[in-house]
Amino acid sequence: MEFSEHIKTANVEDVVLRQPLHPPSRGTLCITGHHLLFSDREEGSSRQLLLLLRNIDAVEKRISGSSGTITIKCKDMRVLHLDIPGMEQCLNIAHSIETLSCLDGVAAMYPFFYRPSDLSLQNQWGLSSTEKYYSQMKELHNRWRLSSVNRDYSVCPSYPPAVIIPQNTDDDMLKKVAKFRQGGRFPALCYYHRKNGMVILRSSQPLTGANRKRCREDEHLLQAVIDGSDKGYIIDTRSSQQAQQARMTGGGFESKSSYSHWKRLHRQMERGKALQESLIKLVEACGDESHNMDRWLSKLENSKWLSHVQTALSTAGLLAECVERDGHSVLVHGSEGTDSTLLISTLAQLIMDPCCRTLEGFLALLEREWVQAGHPFQQRCAHFAYSHARLQQESPVFLLMLDCVWQLWRQFPLALGFSEALLLRLATEAYASDYGTFLCNSHQERCALGVTENTHCLFQALLRPTERDYYSNPLYEPTELAIWPSVHPQSLQLWRGFFLRWTQQARQLEEAQEEIRNMVIEWGKMALS
Amino acid sequence: MFYTQLYSQEKHLSLLNKSTNGTLYLTATHLIFVESSSNNSTSILHHHIASVEKLSLTTTGCPLVIQCRNFRVVHFVVQRERDCHDIYSSLLRLLRPVSYEELYAFSYNPKQNDQQREEGWQLIDLGAEFERMGVPCDQWQLTDVNRDYKVCETYPRDLYVPITASKPIIVGSSKFRSKGRFPVLTYFYQEKKAAVCRCSQPLSGFSARCLEDESLLQAISKANHNSRFVYVMDTRPKLNALANRAAGKGYENEDNYSNIRFQFVGIENIHVMRTSLQKLLEVIGTRSLNMSDYLVGLESSGWLRHIKAVVDAAIFLTKAVTVEGASVLVHCSDGWDRTAQVCSLGALLMDPYYRTMKGFMVLIEKDWISFGHKFADRCDQLDGDPKEVSPIFTQFLECVWQLTEQFPQAFEFSEWFLLQIHEHVHSCQYGNFLGNNQRQREELQLRERTHSLWAFLMSEKQNYLNPFYSPAYSEVHPVLAPSTLPYNFKSVFWRNMYHQFDRSMHPRQSILKAILTLRDNSRNAESTLQALETLQLQLPPATSRLPHSGGTHKPQRSAAAGGGRGGGG
Repeated sequence: MEFSEHIKTANVEDVVLRQPLHPPSRGTLCITGHHLLFSDREEGSSRQLLLLLRNIDAVEKRISGSSGTITIKCKDMRVLHLDIPGMEQCLNIAHSIETLSCLDGVAAMYPFFYRPSDLSLQNQWGLSSTEKYYSQMKELHNRWRLSSVNRDYSVCPSYPPAVIIPQNTDDDMLKKVAKFRQGGRFPALCYYHRKNGMVILRSSQPLTGANRKRCREDEHLLQAVIDGSDKGYIIDTRSSQQAQQARMTGGGFESKSSYSHWKRLHRQMERGKALQESLIKLVEACGDESHNMDRWLSKLENSKWLSHVQTALSTAGLLAECVERDGHSVLVHGSEGTDSTLLISTLAQLIMDPCCRTLEGFLALLEREWVQAGHPFQQRCAHFAYSHARLQQESPVFLLMLDCVWQLWRQFPLALGFSEALLLRLATEAYASDYGTFLCNSHQERCALGVTENTHCLFQALLRPTERDYYSNPLYEPTELAIWPSVHPQSLQLWRGFFLRWTQQARQLEEAQEEIRNMVIEWGKMALS
Repeated sequence: MFYTQLYSQEKHLSLLNKSTNGTLYLTATHLIFVESSSNNSTSILHHHIASVEKLSLTTTGCPLVIQCRNFRVVHFVVQRERDCHDIYSSLLRLLRPVSYEELYAFSYNPKQNDQQREEGWQLIDLGAEFERMGVPCDQWQLTDVNRDYKVCETYPRDLYVPITASKPIIVGSSKFRSKGRFPVLTYFYQEKKAAVCRCSQPLSGFSARCLEDESLLQAISKANHNSRFVYVMDTRPKLNALANRAAGKGYENEDNYSNIRFQFVGIENIHVMRTSLQKLLEVIGTRSLNMSDYLVGLESSGWLRHIKAVVDAAIFLTKAVTVEGASVLVHCSDGWDRTAQVCSLGALLMDPYYRTMKGFMVLIEKDWISFGHKFADRCDQLDGDPKEVSPIFTQFLECVWQLTEQFPQAFEFSEWFLLQIHEHVHSCQYGNFLGNNQRQREELQLRERTHSLWAFLMSEKQNYLNPFYSPAYSEVHPVLAPSTLPYNFKSVFWRNMYHQFDRSMHPRQSILKAILTLRDNSRNAESTLQALETLQLQLPPATSRLPHSGGTHKPQRSAAAGGGRGGGG
């Protein structure tokens, strides 16, 4: 295998592993193409650590005398130390980890090699798709149609082959609309609100540019959406100033004069680099073990992470309010329409739609809104907060979404069918995974690499009977009502389960929660008997 | 009473962030608002009102803002300015009682006979509590030196001191301690025979000594064979203690006391705490507060820093006693604020008994009520010196809450128990917290004339249980070792305390409530099952299968019912 050229030293004996929540242990370290394996050789214990190299975000080495220490910082926030005898061995190991943890070729990644005995590649891949959603929503059919204009990804490279668009918009029109929207992401339906027939669409920004270009087809398409209704809302995830500025670089917004029945609402959401920097600061703050309360609060504030949580939830609340309370359809976009757009449309659906709140429903929602809608996972999740590499396209939007869902879950502990464990698992899997679900940046790329044929699907795996219980909420009581979150700062919290997961205290709490969970399941069974 | 007036005009009320129309009634004890649409009523006890403010007239009427001691804030809009002024001035008089007899406890009558009331007061017995700890024993004894409150009028009558401490030593020591509060036993850790003692600061000035005081500390040290020294914890910041020396007070000089290890802990005084909470409340009272301002405000209020300091001190105490087996003497200035916080919180960490409902009542009765925390002054029960008011007890309850969050299985009670106690510390509805010390309480004849909160809470025990409580957990972890790393202070902030009445900020669904219901259902199912099994034994096998019946049984009880409202009566 071509990995071997990166592995100069495959095995080292007498290595000491220090990791959170465990006493140090001595054993053998082994590097393979995809994993770091440590086996404890101490009498009476046989602990093993199997770490996906992809999970490693940063490697730091310190040589002192004839031995060295490698510090490994993982994308799941774990920090490990390996004391390795022999300077050369230490350098070799560090070099192998550094290289192998960020190899570029997707096809060489572990999901293409992962073959667990209880899963078969013949199993169904995925839970949901645009086609499936369309066929389930019979009410949609007289006004909306399924178009396969994008079957070869030529109209929009980041969209899936099938899209839902207004009945009276033909494919040629769509092609023109696509040219008027950044990255070809024309307005397409992502949610139908059964209670009042209103919809959520998402797109990218219109390419109006400095000379206020118009596109009749785009205007026509949007008009068709609100036929029979007095107006629609456009939620732009940028401030109006940012939207104005975007015109200078060829982007823009829907002007009042060309889209007279649409009311634009601007909500500035942080994106891209700024979000990644926020995560880096928060993670740094969470690693601070000093006993200074003021410093902690000031670092927490300075990271702005909780502000982003607050903004995301309140913008999602606004979107849901437009649809559910105000009874109007909404188009959501920012600039590219692959990040904050997806964030708020996901959250709004959770708020309004009980079907999204079951374990399957939530996973299906993520599949439609993130995986298929073209959130560029590979770019966004290339590095976590420790990496020394120069920031490129990294941005923790998906993690921010999971954090917001956690906040919802805390405020409505009975209304969601899944557990915190699921959110934690997803947060880890998005950055490094045995499964193919979060590989690549778009449907097109996954298709080209044969991801569905050659890897296993995470969502299917999570629904296996053996896993399912662990990811379900034993207190789940479905409700038809919308779940409106409170977005007061006093109601939002740091997601300790994720950001402090490797601390002693978090572990103790986790154990307590596990016991409580078992108790609750026991009572539940009893009450049903 | 002459100032009892009844108002029945239409009033406009904004409660729970929503406005409703209704009628406002003012009675001798309560302010009652009845919504005209639903007949729901909200009553606010006068004693709960911390301040009333009349704002300038608006087009809808005259706004009246009422701030309560349980952190509720209510806005009324009264249509006619004259009415508003009448209510305002009546309230001003009502909320500044000048004598204890005016307090609600003396008129509150829960329809109990004298015997029931008497039993209520007997529920907590501190003599029995010291016996539970293993005192008196071969090293510690009960002294009658304060039988008539002659040596220290802010201490209880019954005090425990080392066997070897003679009366002259005690009396001598008391003269060398602020307010005569000489070192006495408050908790005995039987396993290591280590004692937690408390007192006030010594009147040492720059160089004064007192041989009796030195012998008393010597006696405390000698009473514990596990350690050659006794820790003296001065819970104040060093600077404050130094400043006190100029006033003839101060702290123990290690050179004069042969067997002590002296330690400053650095908890701020009542004035700093009062200002800190005020700042916190200002911050969280801001309309449409954004996250940054909130976090900056939390930081600058310093409130969490103070909470952490108190918990840290309790951890230091606990470690000294349980790990090192050393006895500890705790003091601050007068030994009734910080000392009470640290001693009681330390005992809570050391002894699982105090984490039960009854045990927690005993703990408050012992370290706060009997040892003379000045509830009347600190909680502003009578119109008094505003500089004496300070949220020391509230702060203690918040520390306890932080612990319950870190150890969800270790406490028999839920946060609603803490909130209910807080509610009644300020309601003056029960006699327990009235006055500043035991002597004053006896003079007021509280046991004869008022009712005990503890009996009431015990009768409502079901409402305050923590469903996750596991006695087995406490057997494995008798001593709790909380983390005070800043990020372990959960949720940053106790929402149910400071925003209890602001419904919009709370989780819309309560896990606690759901779990209690579930548990009850399961218990019902269990008893149904047992009943069925009994039946099964009596019936021939063919007819023994009955349809399921457990799951549909729904008891009507709400977990939060007891905690949500104050007042009553």
